Amino acid sequence: MNNIINHDDRPLAVHAEGLVKRFGKQRAVDGIDLSIPQGTVYGFLGPNGAGKTTTMKMLATLLKPDEGQAHIMGHDLLTEPNAVRRRVSLTGQFASVDEDLSGIENLILIARLMGYSRKDAKERAGELLDAFGLEEAAGRQAKKYSGGMRRRLDIAASMVVRPDLLFLDEPTTGLDPRSRNQIWAIVRALVSTGTTVLLTTQYLDEADQLADRIAVIDHGKIIAEGTSGELKASVGSGVLHVRLQDPATRAKAQKLLADTIGAPVHLSSDPAALSAQLTAQKKGTQALAALDANNIEVSEFSLGQPSLDEVFLTLTGKPTENDVQKDGAKS
Amino acid sequence: MNAEQHMEKMKAALVEHERPAKPGGISTSLTFAWRALLKIKYVPEQLLDVTFFPVMFTLMFTYLFGGALAGSTSAYLQFLIPGILVQTVVFTTVYTGVSLNDDISKGTFDRFRSLPIWSPSPLVGALIADTVRYTIASIIVIALGLILGFRPLGGTLGVIAGILIILIFSFSLSWIFTVVGLLLQTSKAVMGISMTLLFPITFASNIFVDPATMPGWLRAFVDINPVSVLTTAVRHLMGGRPALAEILWVLTASTVLILVFAPLTMHLYRNKQ
Repeated sequence: MNNIINHDDRPLAVHAEGLVKRFGKQRAVDGIDLSIPQGTVYGFLGPNGAGKTTTMKMLATLLKPDEGQAHIMGHDLLTEPNAVRRRVSLTGQFASVDEDLSGIENLILIARLMGYSRKDAKERAGELLDAFGLEEAAGRQAKKYSGGMRRRLDIAASMVVRPDLLFLDEPTTGLDPRSRNQIWAIVRALVSTGTTVLLTTQYLDEADQLADRIAVIDHGKIIAEGTSGELKASVGSGVLHVRLQDPATRAKAQKLLADTIGAPVHLSSDPAALSAQLTAQKKGTQALAALDANNIEVSEFSLGQPSLDEVFLTLTGKPTENDVQKDGAKS
Repeated sequence: MNAEQHMEKMKAALVEHERPAKPGGISTSLTFAWRALLKIKYVPEQLLDVTFFPVMFTLMFTYLFGGALAGSTSAYLQFLIPGILVQTVVFTTVYTGVSLNDDISKGTFDRFRSLPIWSPSPLVGALIADTVRYTIASIIVIALGLILGFRPLGGTLGVIAGILIILIFSFSLSWIFTVVGLLLQTSKAVMGISMTLLFPITFASNIFVDPATMPGWLRAFVDINPVSVLTTAVRHLMGGRPALAEILWVLTASTVLILVFAPLTMHLYRNKQ
């Protein structure tokens, strides 16, 4: 992908060219180019081991790239790592809070390290705990927090001094749906205050919900890049699913759909259901009209863009699920 | 509070605050020392190695072997206390490596490494906190010794000077264990390797017995063992007859340890993957 275009005029938070990182013989990151405008959310989507975390660690100055160069908020990653560190913050994949300390002590620690006085540090810690709904757990050790609380504390620690660019590595992996929504709300609040967010995720709906642009990463390379709409459009116009009132009418319905849509119609294991890949969005409505005109009654139908799961499957030739097992390896 | 109000509250906490001035290296190191000491509040058991063990060792050696080794337990105490002090503190240095390894495996250090601070400060802070632990251990051993009948001829000053030279050496020795802590995968491995290293150098020394009765080959080792040299220096300081050669030797060894292992530690720390 050498043809990434900056789609608007905003200055870039991240501009990287040809980043490579090798671990032994394996090229964990194999030539990644990035242009991320300030004030946007950018998503890295890919299975474990794809190179997402490694790329993020390089951009956050934790790993030295073997090849390539990058500018973060205008500072050279290689020659001005300290200037970069002043502008960015990292919330790692495995919660990087100190589990032995309480919530408030964790935040005071970071605030003191950022130069706050004892009194101001305490005040700032209290403010953040309150904003992130952790005020009641302030004095409890972080190891006694739930996964969602720990995540929020972790992000709060990254926000003690609001960074211009926040790296969020798999912010909701392993969280329940409610905690996930809370994290999403925090990310949205963050972006509204001007912070650029770079997040990695294995969840397609997360990238879909939060990210302005998405890079699909596999084997250390960006294999597709764009808005979620663009990515979906790149694999076709979606799928029509139909479920009939009477399974006996399915053969007739199959023929009608094949004629109107002009593509093969798939019969699913449900004897009343069938589906077809659409070449154009309007063919879906035409197909439904044809069924109606022939008195075939439809009990359910759905017409939609392909899910990002389907996008991922098409792009990589493998489903996302088979990589879900966590092995703690660098991804 | 509804979702919208909550959103406003979050935004208010997140909007640009005035950024405080960048703190210096000493300040951040002390903050890290504060962090390490806070942990004692939650896990007081971690003080066992600097409280229970030295007490146990002192009592055991004094009453089991004291009479046989030096004629009487009170005579042996004068010989043993400076040595047991060295042994206690030297053993405690292992925990520096163990706790560093723990921190790294938990990901806590990833955050520290991405902060705009003087990069050795997490390590220096941890070592400062460890020095506090060494001091606690020293006070306990000396207090116990005084109760049992240890009467140092060097007086308060001699004892304090003895403790100081142990602290200097241990602080320097700790840098070896930070290297071990960074190189190995698990804290158990760090513990295992470090203990394997420390057992022979503390026991094959002049801490417990006068090497005069040892076979020649062992004696040769005991005489050049840094722990023996340190013990001799401490004994003489506490006995009121400072041995300059040994003191100089310990200070030189400490400097060399820091010059070699501190940069090595920082190199490993910066490039840890």
